[in-house]
Amino acid sequence: MAVSKSVLEEFTKGLWSENPVIKALLGLCPTLAVTNSALNGLSMGLATTFVLISSSTIVSIIKRVVPAQVRIPTFIVIIAGFVTVADIFLKAQFPPISKSLGPYVPLIVVNCLILGRSEIFASKHSVGMSIIDALGMGVGFSGTLVVLGSIREILGSGSLFNFKFLAESLFTPWVVMVLPAGAFLTLGFLIGMINFISSRKGSKGRAQP
Amino acid sequence: MKLLMIFISAAIVNNFVLTYFLGICPFLGVSRRLDTAVNMGFATTFVMTLTAAITWLIHKYILVAFNVPFLEYVTFIIAISSLVQFVEMFIRKMSPPLYRSLGIFLPLITTNCAILGLALFAVLREYTFLESIFFGVGAGVGFTIALVIMAGIREELEFADVPQSLQGAPMTLLVAGMLALAFMGFAGLLSV
Repeated sequence: MAVSKSVLEEFTKGLWSENPVIKALLGLCPTLAVTNSALNGLSMGLATTFVLISSSTIVSIIKRVVPAQVRIPTFIVIIAGFVTVADIFLKAQFPPISKSLGPYVPLIVVNCLILGRSEIFASKHSVGMSIIDALGMGVGFSGTLVVLGSIREILGSGSLFNFKFLAESLFTPWVVMVLPAGAFLTLGFLIGMINFISSRKGSKGRAQP
Repeated sequence: MKLLMIFISAAIVNNFVLTYFLGICPFLGVSRRLDTAVNMGFATTFVMTLTAAITWLIHKYILVAFNVPFLEYVTFIIAISSLVQFVEMFIRKMSPPLYRSLGIFLPLITTNCAILGLALFAVLREYTFLESIFFGVGAGVGFTIALVIMAGIREELEFADVPQSLQGAPMTLLVAGMLALAFMGFAGLLSV
């Protein structure tokens, strides 16, 4: 019973309490760069999740073989290998998505989230746990990217997943939201709002005996 | 003339931090104090220039020559991390005072996405050797400019009355957003 509970905990911590983007500010480069539409955010999230799960698995398997001094370069090479796989797959199967993500797919290599999870979690835990942890983190990361992408797409072009539901005559798109500046502002306000909500919750919780 | 255009474009118009979102981690992490920001900027510029040169050579004489372009990411990241390691050892031997001021930043640079991004962009745009180097220096200068401006603003921000939920990271992101807005003003300057 205790085992199944901790499995669930390892999974859900990535979704909210240790969400990589909102709480830990990891992997901000892709978060900000590709979230100009919900679809881009989702594809980036899925690609990152794939790399995260695969590299966490491998790192966890070889954790006893790799000497501590060369572990970081080893992890990076493993990650780079899987990023190459993801990149070639996207180019072959989804050329338009690969084109719109551009050089940000290879840049998953230096996404601190993946290296961070390898170093902090996968190199110290069993294979099964590492996969669960990576899955939770990946889902949390993807979810945040989709939320950010949706907000920016709705405000910036009046559509969601390329489906236009706000007519130009009713709503003038805020072009700035799909430009770089909009990314910083949206994420800033989003984190601020989440801090505000959780501080309200926290003070309420303290007030009750 | 083209070299100058590439330099200005990388440094100001298409600033790496504020328009490509490369190197956000150090941008948010090391921009608390002005003097550390300047040191970090110099260290990054130095590594960027060397990276631009070395990855260009690797791409031309290894990846293209042996027809293995799919190894690009793996070789570039290995080249960058070993380069950073060598630079660290070299500086420690040659100039201890410089090492004391730059030392702690060097390992951080390996995982700075701006460095790998620079190498990838240079390949993507098919720059020549000299153009790549100017691109590298320009990107480094642009990174330093953004970092130093940000550090200056954040030092002032210490005395400002920021709402509690926005303190720390959210406020920094909002300030960065406004900086990005300001840098959009340069957009029409060059047509590169």
